[in-house]
Amino acid sequence: MKPKKTDKIGITKLKKKNEFLYFALRNNKVKVGLAIILFFLILTFVGPLFTDYVWDDYIGPFGHPPSSKYWFGTTTFGQDVYTQFVFGLKAALLVGIIGGGLGTLIGVIVGFNAGYRGGMVDEVLNIITNIVLVIPTFAILLIIAAYLKVRGIMTESIFIGFTAWPWAARAVRSQTFSLRSRDFVDLARVSGMKPLKIIFTEIAPNMMSYLLMVFILQFGGAILIAATLDFIGLGPTNTISLGLMMNYAVLWGALQLGMWWWFIPPGLAIVAIVGSLYIMNVGLDEIFSPKLREM
Amino acid sequence: MSLKVKNLKAYYQTLRGDVKALDGATFTIKDGEIMGLAGESGCGKTTLVHGMIYLSPPLRFVEGSVKLDDKELPIWDMDKMNAFRFKDISIIPQYAMNAMNPTRKIGKMASELLKSRKISLKTTMPELKRRLDLVELSHDVLNMYPIELSGGMKQRMVLVLSTLLNPSLLIADEITSALDVSTQKAVVEMLVEFRDREFVKSMIVISHDISILYQIADSIMVMYAGKLAEKASTGVIIHSPRHPYTRLLISSLPKIGVKYSEKKLTGLPGNTPLLLNPPAGCRFRERCPIAFDKCLEDPPFIEIEKDHFVACWKEYGKNA
Amino acid sequence: MKRYFGRKLVIYIFTFFLAVTIDWLIPRFMPGNPVQTMLSRAAVHAEAVEVMYGYYTRAFGLDLPVWKQYLNFWNALFHGDLGTSVYMFPQPVIKIIMRAVPYDIFLLVPSILLSFYAGNKFGAFAARTRWLDNTVLLLGYILTATPYMWLGILLAWSLGIVAGIFPIAGAYSFTMAPSLSWAFIGNILKHWFLPFASLFLVGFGGWAIGMRNMIIYELESDYSHYLEALGAPRKLVRRYAFRNAILPQITGLALQLGIIFGGALVTEIVFSYPGIGYLILAAIQNKDYFLLQGCFLFIIIGVLLANFVIDVVYVIVDPRTRLGMVGGAA
Repeated sequence: MKPKKTDKIGITKLKKKNEFLYFALRNNKVKVGLAIILFFLILTFVGPLFTDYVWDDYIGPFGHPPSSKYWFGTTTFGQDVYTQFVFGLKAALLVGIIGGGLGTLIGVIVGFNAGYRGGMVDEVLNIITNIVLVIPTFAILLIIAAYLKVRGIMTESIFIGFTAWPWAARAVRSQTFSLRSRDFVDLARVSGMKPLKIIFTEIAPNMMSYLLMVFILQFGGAILIAATLDFIGLGPTNTISLGLMMNYAVLWGALQLGMWWWFIPPGLAIVAIVGSLYIMNVGLDEIFSPKLREM
Repeated sequence: MSLKVKNLKAYYQTLRGDVKALDGATFTIKDGEIMGLAGESGCGKTTLVHGMIYLSPPLRFVEGSVKLDDKELPIWDMDKMNAFRFKDISIIPQYAMNAMNPTRKIGKMASELLKSRKISLKTTMPELKRRLDLVELSHDVLNMYPIELSGGMKQRMVLVLSTLLNPSLLIADEITSALDVSTQKAVVEMLVEFRDREFVKSMIVISHDISILYQIADSIMVMYAGKLAEKASTGVIIHSPRHPYTRLLISSLPKIGVKYSEKKLTGLPGNTPLLLNPPAGCRFRERCPIAFDKCLEDPPFIEIEKDHFVACWKEYGKNA
Repeated sequence: MKRYFGRKLVIYIFTFFLAVTIDWLIPRFMPGNPVQTMLSRAAVHAEAVEVMYGYYTRAFGLDLPVWKQYLNFWNALFHGDLGTSVYMFPQPVIKIIMRAVPYDIFLLVPSILLSFYAGNKFGAFAARTRWLDNTVLLLGYILTATPYMWLGILLAWSLGIVAGIFPIAGAYSFTMAPSLSWAFIGNILKHWFLPFASLFLVGFGGWAIGMRNMIIYELESDYSHYLEALGAPRKLVRRYAFRNAILPQITGLALQLGIIFGGALVTEIVFSYPGIGYLILAAIQNKDYFLLQGCFLFIIIGVLLANFVIDVVYVIVDPRTRLGMVGGAA
């Protein structure tokens, strides 16, 4: 009997892509989280089709509770809450992607360089990170708000991106540290691989999953920050957002008048979107770290 | 004391099926015996000892029995096993360097452990101190944190802790792998001394370093791919092994004084089989130089002469 | 160890100067002139305006060259003088802020400490069974994803308006005069409860999640396995894991305490609770940049102080950092 050639000791490895997909489709947290987010995403595109109005149209009776004509009721000025809601959703998702994306990008650049190069580069980047953390970025926003009387979602997203990156930078830095000192990287370095090649072929693939999770957290965080800023009145001036809806509601006595349809939906949407983002993140963590997988 | 293991099987549950990491181990250890457990990585050594002391998911109990001093160990029941752990069966784990809580002073951790197991501190603490003297550790270590100790010191501390209650069976899992040669010698000599002083009755010493086992073990058991290959006294294993795997293993050891130009170092070609769907029959069949058709049947682990067990079809007839 | 703290101190002082300078620049960068803004509300005769303008400009020191204003600012700062408020002229900023500080402390210290305690304990439960883990995860993440103001609004509406149990504005009833009577104390507590609850709940979720993640990590560690192999009861293993998991949480706690001043901004807005957050809103709306500058100063000091305290506390509490610096015999 000729000895057969077996290629690896131990368990056969499925191709990497299939393995993740396989677990992803079986993980409840990812399934539910993704479903909720997709629902809101679809609502953002499809929702406006059901309404003829724009968000600041005065179309109906003041402070009317939900009815078959006005699905989410109207505000004290007679604006349609449903219309405001779906447009507000769009604003929220935009802020999440742009603000969160920008924050992740800056965080990755800063964190990766600090973690990989170490030494002086690390020290300097650390100081910069700490300063951005400590500075009342709020104050800077006030100045910007005072000068830019007309502000849009873009401005807000960019601002959030430039101020929320320190958390991402810290996380990426510590992850880079731990990967950099792993044996397989040392091996690549010793075998004379060029640093850029090492980054792309050895370190990056292992960080991809981590970066995805960092982005998701930044996305959710951006939405929360935007909601808070909007609520104080430092948000966009030329459109509606979920935070602004809550701001107006409180400002115009929705609480005392019991107009729950005005302030409950926007907050509920934020909780649902950000919450499912977080839970999806936990599921992704389980998929990417085999130790946590359910059997 | 004696340890009687009968047909112990434990598999790892994975989504692609059960990995048959331990597929029927039957052997005995006598009172006062130090048995060395040798074999390649992934042959089932750690699975065997974990099966005996800490059988937890994803490792699954399939069948078999383990009898220590004629008492059946409820290895399938994590809670019931607690009564036996530390007192009757104990382990110096593979990760002994990290085995102690980094944020607790060693002495405090030890006393809290003993208290939680309802053991009187009054009698055991003095004994602990005496044993520290034995392994040449100053009593000050009790007031230190693990990070303050060197690797060898941590190893010796774990040795003292694990054997504090004089267990009948001590398992030492690769305790010398991370140490330098002179510390290795010191540690294994302490193991033997503990047995001689009857702090422990018997031991299973796992190592893939056969030269260590040669120094301290009374008998050696060789495993391959989840099954037992051979068990005999140390001298027999080293000088006259019968199982083809053991033979190749011993002959592939470099010997001092032999030059490359005189004799090339032979290795074992090929790899161990995948244990997800192990091949039928003898698992060494595909790499074995003397395999023949009977090897398609699983060879039983049979005593071919006194205290010498082998699982090989070719070897059974010889002594009859 | 001295070197470590010495270096940190230098960095902190440097950061302090930078942050305070930026803070000082705020009113200077604002469009418009604070004095003009103030006067425009006074609707006074044109000539009188000019005289008043000159007076106030000198009063605020705005007629001096910028670098002199900067030095004067630091000088005043070290004397505890944070300038004069525009919107509540002629009250000194420091007096206005100090009136608001007790409310912030009263609101935030209990909510932070209690949510830390309760949240971490709850998070530790997640370690026991899969079912508990899923419950903790769900509850914790939903609470963390809740914007503070929405929870405040929800509580105000449900328990305040609909159920009518709690009042929803102010620190105490406008009809009551402060006194040391039980009635007054009860009144204060009633006004305090809803804002406290909204801060507590969101914080609770955050801590629970953090602890859950940390404790899972600790329970998978080598020392946990060793204890289990030696037959230690689950309680001991969990206790050790909890104690190790809480160390990084302490960092978070100090950070949270650092933003006590102004940390409850939106909650205070919803409930009209007179803390520093509420002051900030009033300052923004009334363009009182000196008041704003003073509030931010408090926040900067709070954050830096908290960061420094963490660094000290962590070294004391975690032997690994302490001994790693001295160079353990590892």
